[in-house]
Amino acid sequence: MAQTVFAPWTDPDQKPIIEFRNVTKTFGEFTAIHDLSLNIYEREFFALLGPSGCGKTTMMRMLAGFETISSGHIFLSGQDIGAIPPNKRPVNMMFQSYALFPHLSVWENIAFGLKRESRDRDQIAARVEEMLRLTRLTKFAKRKPHQISGGQRQRVALARSLAKAPKLLLLDEPLGALDRKLREETQFELMDIQEKTGTTFVIVTHDQEEAMTVASRIAVMDEGHLVQVATPAEIYEAPNSVYVADFIGDVNILQGRATPQGDGVSIDWAEGQPPIRAATDTTFSPGQACHFAVRPEKVTIDVERPDRPNTFRGKVIDIAYLGNISTYHVELAGGHRMKAQMVNARRLANRQITWEDEVWVGFTDTAGVVLEE
Amino acid sequence: MRRFVLIAVPYLWLLALFLVPFLIVLKISLSDVALARPPYMPQLDLTQGLDGLLTFFSDLDFENFVFLSTDSLYWQAYLSSLQIAVVSTLLTLCVGYPIAYGMARAPREWRPTLLMLVILPFWTSFLIRVYSWMGILSTEGVLNQVLLFLGVIDTPLQIMNTKTAVYIGIVYTYLPFMILPIYSALEKLDESLLEAAEDLGCSRMEAFWLITWPLSRNGIIAGCFLVFIPAIGEFVIPSLLGGSDTLMIGKVLWEEFFSNRDWPVASAVAVILLLILIIPIVLFQRNEQKQREAEG
Repeated sequence: MAQTVFAPWTDPDQKPIIEFRNVTKTFGEFTAIHDLSLNIYEREFFALLGPSGCGKTTMMRMLAGFETISSGHIFLSGQDIGAIPPNKRPVNMMFQSYALFPHLSVWENIAFGLKRESRDRDQIAARVEEMLRLTRLTKFAKRKPHQISGGQRQRVALARSLAKAPKLLLLDEPLGALDRKLREETQFELMDIQEKTGTTFVIVTHDQEEAMTVASRIAVMDEGHLVQVATPAEIYEAPNSVYVADFIGDVNILQGRATPQGDGVSIDWAEGQPPIRAATDTTFSPGQACHFAVRPEKVTIDVERPDRPNTFRGKVIDIAYLGNISTYHVELAGGHRMKAQMVNARRLANRQITWEDEVWVGFTDTAGVVLEE
Repeated sequence: MRRFVLIAVPYLWLLALFLVPFLIVLKISLSDVALARPPYMPQLDLTQGLDGLLTFFSDLDFENFVFLSTDSLYWQAYLSSLQIAVVSTLLTLCVGYPIAYGMARAPREWRPTLLMLVILPFWTSFLIRVYSWMGILSTEGVLNQVLLFLGVIDTPLQIMNTKTAVYIGIVYTYLPFMILPIYSALEKLDESLLEAAEDLGCSRMEAFWLITWPLSRNGIIAGCFLVFIPAIGEFVIPSLLGGSDTLMIGKVLWEEFFSNRDWPVASAVAVILLLILIIPIVLFQRNEQKQREAEG
């Protein structure tokens, strides 16, 4: 059965739920956000990804209403929310520190926002019970925040921010305080809850794996600019810049000069090495400086010369064994290094390649992307 | 053994400086006044052996405590002290909380300076500071001079020798004891809790009453006890600023002791005062312990 792909950003008739229009934010002399425009659609799980200080948290705090906008507008469902104080916005936020009220029980924490709406008691109780069930916290309703574990606290924070059924939920590094295993479990739980409630989620994170796992689209940010906004697969396979290629995952980046050839280019990148042949849609002028980025898992390593468009001879100088995969660091003639990743389908004892071995690395002409300078 | 010695040190300290003096005062309160030196009977004379000890104990009685309960002066003094202590504690809270709040919300680099300013008055003798309040509040004092000069009043205000002067004196003297515990509670308060409250629909005012106030409760309780306990037995402030109209148990005690030279009755007054104070002191200790557990 074919499922319709969720991609409202490709449909020009879709109205975005959030629209940043030429938003700039300055703190004194420092400009945190530079003239930024962005659309986020309903039911999206949108990730703002970038190193610390890139402005992603500022974006989120402007959505929540804790920071004013220096210039430009933010629209939520078509309404300019610039002048609306945080307590009047249909937006809720899950804080990085969770910000649970230490003097209130789990139940009271979740009910906190509902009580402010002056709904009647039964309605509040019903909604809190629903949230407790959704986050599997029913047993802990009477406990205080300091009496439950980190993972449970995280779920209380989530339940509290979802209780008012906001149009938009903001999550500020929601899983940062959890250990790796719990974090992975919680990522799937988050996606599950997002799907069940149909709320639009905007998550801020510096963890690219987390963003890749949960998000429908990722915005990669750097110094107050959006570098690329695309689906995780596009960001990974077709980064639009060296910055994005380097920020997301592991990558080999080679510098060279492109020469158009057939439906691709041929890149002269090192003396004494054959040029790289790569397919690309971008047109390059002869001799234009470019970068070639190829992921290690798309580079193969063999003892015999393989039948591939690009092959280079080199020597294994390092092997990073990660259990399921191994990353080989190969030094090519001329001193360039290239990383190649292989799945460890065989047991370690049967492995053919080891340190100091002369090997061939190879990749196809569609394995990497050619990026303009 | 070493552990025992370590624990013994504070206990010996308490025994020597608290329990033994208390027992002496208790003993005097059970004695009778006498024209002698020291001015009470009986005296413990160990040279007469067991007989002396027996007559000594048989001479002790609760006469002074019965006397205290029959003379309305003492009851009124206790009640009046209690009332003055309660009112001035509440006044100190009203003045101290905003100051502590302002300090905790001040830019981080200012806070040590502000703390310093709160503690600074302690560098001057307490007596001198109370005397200077006499200079401010008296009919010819600075306050009246300024108000008369500005034309706010026609005749000087009578503040000295009233309860108002006592309240002012107590609030001024004990303000740091109120500010410091509240400040330390507010300083620990995570700013994101207030943002979370606002995010969930609170106005600033609601966020204060629902988050800031309950989370600074331990500081408020500690501050109130630190003001209330010394204020109830306060002697210097009511006698210097309160004049003869202000009845406080500390003053009564002083007069019994030095003017009447009735050590037994004075001791009985002191023992009852201590009993009254034990309740808030125990409550205070319990609050401190609860706070430590919550933080632990």
